[in-house]
Amino acid sequence: MNRPSEIPSGATRPAAFAFGALGLVLLCVGSYWGLVVAPAETYMGDVQRIMYVHVPTAWNAMLALTFAFGCALAFLFQGGWKWDCRLEAAMEVGVVLSMLLCAQGALWAKPTWGVWWDWDPRLTTTAVLVFAFGGILALRTFVDDPVRRGTWSAVAAIVAYIDVPIVYFSVKWWNSLHQQPSTPATVSSAFHLPLRINAFGILFLMIAFITLRSSLAALRLRGELAPPLPEPAVTTALAGTRG
Amino acid sequence: MREFLAALRKEALLQWRTRAQLAAIFMFGASALLLFSFAIGPDSAALRQHSAGFLWLGLLLASTLTLAESFQNEMDERALEALLLLPVRPTALFYAKAVSNWAELTLLGVGLVPIMVVLYDAGTDRVGGLVGVILLGSAGLSAPGTLYAAMTSQARARQTLLPLLLFPLVVPVLLASVRASSLLITGDPMGQVRSWVVLLACFNAIHWSVCGLLFGRVVED
Amino acid sequence: MPSPSSPTESPGAPAPAVEAAGVCRRYGRRWALVDVDLAVPRGSSLLVAGRNGSGKSTLFRVLSTLLRPDRGTTRLLGRDPARDLQAARRRVALLSHYSNHYEALTALENLAVAARFLERPSDRASLLPALAEVGLADRADDPVVTFSAGMRKRLTLARTLLQRAEVVFLDEPYGQLDPPGFRLIDRVIGALRARGATVLIATHLLERGAALCEQGLVLEGGRVAWSGSAAQLPHLRGLEAGSLTEGGA
Repeated sequence: MNRPSEIPSGATRPAAFAFGALGLVLLCVGSYWGLVVAPAETYMGDVQRIMYVHVPTAWNAMLALTFAFGCALAFLFQGGWKWDCRLEAAMEVGVVLSMLLCAQGALWAKPTWGVWWDWDPRLTTTAVLVFAFGGILALRTFVDDPVRRGTWSAVAAIVAYIDVPIVYFSVKWWNSLHQQPSTPATVSSAFHLPLRINAFGILFLMIAFITLRSSLAALRLRGELAPPLPEPAVTTALAGTRG
Repeated sequence: MREFLAALRKEALLQWRTRAQLAAIFMFGASALLLFSFAIGPDSAALRQHSAGFLWLGLLLASTLTLAESFQNEMDERALEALLLLPVRPTALFYAKAVSNWAELTLLGVGLVPIMVVLYDAGTDRVGGLVGVILLGSAGLSAPGTLYAAMTSQARARQTLLPLLLFPLVVPVLLASVRASSLLITGDPMGQVRSWVVLLACFNAIHWSVCGLLFGRVVED
Repeated sequence: MPSPSSPTESPGAPAPAVEAAGVCRRYGRRWALVDVDLAVPRGSSLLVAGRNGSGKSTLFRVLSTLLRPDRGTTRLLGRDPARDLQAARRRVALLSHYSNHYEALTALENLAVAARFLERPSDRASLLPALAEVGLADRADDPVVTFSAGMRKRLTLARTLLQRAEVVFLDEPYGQLDPPGFRLIDRVIGALRARGATVLIATHLLERGAALCEQGLVLEGGRVAWSGSAAQLPHLRGLEAGSLTEGGA
């Protein structure tokens, strides 16, 4: 089996922009609804409104990283370059969403508990994920050969992803001994609709970003994978035997 | 299996020949423990309470040195590719290297225990249990560490990449080992050590299998 | 352009030892090999010549299964190596530029490591003759880190011979060696051919190589620029054949 070399095609840009526009609209609608229109939560007041953004971000961050895991498996076992492009895009989007998640968590924790970070198991796992996948993105910049880069980042993404449940459980047990309060995940049913709208909003935005970013990666790969073959300039220089 | 044993023998020979490096890394770990105590201050109660954390942090830092070193001699003169061509199965090479790193880390960990006992007044009766935790924790560091060391030894900026990739991954090992060791040192009224040990065992089972399977893709071109 | 001896048409004739069809291999943005075709019959020998950077080492690394081609196919002893990589590698040996040794171990220990993997006797009594054959018997117990480049080459040669492969690739075997070393290589190539191995040699010592080989191939910029009988190779114009003298460097 040869090294993968089929050149990835560019993604469909109009579809990506359409998704992005739709996502933005949904996100605006959902956020307005959740942040302004919906009634304040009984016990925590307005601070709890961050859940309308936080929970959808969390779902989509995990979705992005799960998609990255799928792309990594596809690249290693099926071998198409498009999976490497999508892997890079999905990891970047996943890391950005995870960083947003940590920021949102801090924004919630400070007015509620007076500290920026409360070691909530889900958020702590997210922080670990930021470093894990951020590290893989860093690995990609230090490897020049595209085949190696794709193979190694796929391997690293698989190992990092299967580690996620273990990290979560270990942090949960670790934290439970200190009895820290955790971020409430439940939102009462009256508030579900803006949550879902935001979830789809972020999902569509995410699809748009992953599509665009992966076509950027494909463009770069095209240059790296198939540079022009050198001209056969030399054969004329060699002549037959003397005498 | 035969290939694994031959590879293991090679690793043992290499370890024996480069044992001076192990001594140097041990000194590094010991000085790290000393620095931690300076950072905390001469509060003996605080030091004792956090002694397990310092031990495992020191071991984690030292592990980046041993793991990187373990692939240096494979890559310097491209010894590894000659072995692959003999042929030797990559998985045999991985497990031999990972077991060798495991042994080295366990030795380092066990060697650092007396330092910890002296500096932090962190003695314990349950020495067997502590050694067991060190065994499990070192195994948890060794499997993914060997895989990543193989990768980063062939890339640029290898000194930064290995800890960058490894540390987030081994968070469960750090948490579990520190908790279990700490309970063994300061007392474990509720018998929680067992659940941490189970976590370590699960981590090891998963990573020793997955990393072994993926190693071939990392060293072949 | 005369082609190297092509595989015989008659069915039942053994497949060539080494075949390549349209092989291309990239290093980053540079193509190291472009559309390389060759076929080396079993038991014969091929001399590969070319300037520095023409792709000789890459060609050998691809043919010996160390690297996969980006395009094209290779076959070893009639089989696709990708189907059973371990089986293909068992029948191939490569003497490469790199010394492939563990610096901390002695010459004997390095050889013993290889012997154990090859399931050959790895005790001192069995391996000392192998070291004596390459002139390293008196340095058997010295760590390789103390060896000069020529001595490392000799040790690599000893290890290559240990493999008793059917297809042997020698990449610049004369490099770093002294004149007695040159004669050692000549003897080794003769012995390999005598036992029926297929030998491929890349070297700049064209006259020397041509005396030992049947076919010749010239690489330029990764492409096959010429192929034919090895005897004609040193006399090709444009190859600067006269500028590399025997025993030099």
